[in-house]
Amino acid sequence: MNKELKDSTPTDSEVILGILNNSETALKKLYVAYFPMILQLIINNSGDEDDAKDIYQEAIIVLYNKVKAGDFELSSKLKTYIYSVCRRLWLKRLNQINRYGGDIKDFQEFLPVEEDESERQADRDIQFKKMESALQLLGEPCKTIMEDFYIHNRSMQEICERFGYTNADNAKTQKYKCLQRLKKLFFQQQ
Amino acid sequence: MPAKTEEIVFSAAVKDGYKMSENQLLEKIERYHNGEMSAAERKEFEAMRKADAGFDAKVMEHQFFAGLLKQYSERVELENRLNAIHEEIDVHNLKESLMAHPSWVVRLWRNHHSKISVAASVTILAALSILYVAGKFDNKTNIEALKNKVEQLDKSNAKLSRSIRDIKSQNIKPDDHYSSTGTGFALTSEGLIATNYHVVRDADSVYVQNAEGKSFKATLLYYEPQYDIAILKIVDKSFEGLGTIPYVIRRAETSLGEQLFTFGYPDRTATFNKGYLSAQTGYHGDSLNYRIGIPILPGNSGSPLLDSKGNLVGVATAKQAQFEGAHYAIKSKYLLDAINNIPEDSLTQKIALSKKSSMAGLNDVDKVEKVKKFTFMVKIYGQ
Repeated sequence: MNKELKDSTPTDSEVILGILNNSETALKKLYVAYFPMILQLIINNSGDEDDAKDIYQEAIIVLYNKVKAGDFELSSKLKTYIYSVCRRLWLKRLNQINRYGGDIKDFQEFLPVEEDESERQADRDIQFKKMESALQLLGEPCKTIMEDFYIHNRSMQEICERFGYTNADNAKTQKYKCLQRLKKLFFQQQ
Repeated sequence: MPAKTEEIVFSAAVKDGYKMSENQLLEKIERYHNGEMSAAERKEFEAMRKADAGFDAKVMEHQFFAGLLKQYSERVELENRLNAIHEEIDVHNLKESLMAHPSWVVRLWRNHHSKISVAASVTILAALSILYVAGKFDNKTNIEALKNKVEQLDKSNAKLSRSIRDIKSQNIKPDDHYSSTGTGFALTSEGLIATNYHVVRDADSVYVQNAEGKSFKATLLYYEPQYDIAILKIVDKSFEGLGTIPYVIRRAETSLGEQLFTFGYPDRTATFNKGYLSAQTGYHGDSLNYRIGIPILPGNSGSPLLDSKGNLVGVATAKQAQFEGAHYAIKSKYLLDAINNIPEDSLTQKIALSKKSSMAGLNDVDKVEKVKKFTFMVKIYGQ
């Protein structure tokens, strides 16, 4: 691990600004700074390092999306916020797998976190899961065309060249065919 | 009447909408969302939405779907970034340093409970005999109870030796004309065994023999010739499973100079050897292997290579032992990769690797005692 990164805990505003500016360094500093704290929480409360990775990344994504959406207010220390979110996510997971013994060993102070926040996140996760399996079922070349067009924002011209379509109209027809199939696969899963 | 004419225009537009192919419709909706329509076209489009609820629903659905696709792609990208960062953290070492350390009393008990128990029983026995000799036991029933206990112990002892004899007599396998041997070590308590691929490559049948001399039939479950790794599975009916695996397979690389040891069966003899990691690459800079300062003899192939904390860091291999004085081991990372690559349909249950080493802090003798139970001589028949 990079020594410099390891030693420097970023300031809270550095992290927030970094996320807003898509800074890779800030994200890395944030991730490296607080992972040990969460690993400690999870492995001392009947989890392992893989659980810690899952829970921690989920919390980082919650924070990231909140900051990006502009509705993140720093009312406590960022460290406390992340710890609190992970703590609640982990309690929920323990309850789901019936491993929760009714008490959790804490290593930090924490705040109560509103429930609806994580509910919304869970809803979105379900939609993403569906999208993932719909794309999986779609098969090639449709999957790549969809990803190129809607995810990587490639132009029709580029897509034409990549797939060897003779003209843009053919590519367009193919694209809409694929889109319709993807939609069908997605909505069938409801 | 102007209102009337407008209605006619709407319905004509709606009809047009139905005549449009699904593709053209989608194209229109996208152009609308991307703001690529002319003012007139836009007006017509909005009028169509108002006039036809079904059309409006289609537009909304598309908007939702395209938005979701975009968000989904952003999430995937973020997850990839986070995973890349995560890869750089040495989780294993971090975990070691974060485990809640129990108080010294608990640690003392954990490390020395057998000795403490023996000491305690000796003390109690001494006290009892002194009391007995001193005639303090006027209560006959106590002595009676003790006598019964001793008799029971005698009986169970006799039973035990009988069953040991039975086991020994059963243990005569179609031996012992096997053509070559190697070493293997347990990955799970259910009897998955790792060894070198070159050990079992040409085998007709494979048996693994534990430290007590008992043999079990095994089959080749999976192999990766490019890493020289093979995974065997014990299929013998008499196999009753092993206890908890005392070592953890390490993913990260081990440092130069790290103290290491192996346990295996070169020359068909249980052998312990100790030394250091001398290079992080093998012969001619081959990054698949470590070079180790531990003598590896034929028959040692497939021996577990462990560090002092009980992490499994490699699989010793004697294949390249012909290079004077240099000895090699395959890095444990490749073993982990091979385990992950085992096709799920060839397994009856998910592989649960040990996540905790129970060997940290033990001396060499105790370590060998532990590893011995999980290391096997791999016997090859019919090459």
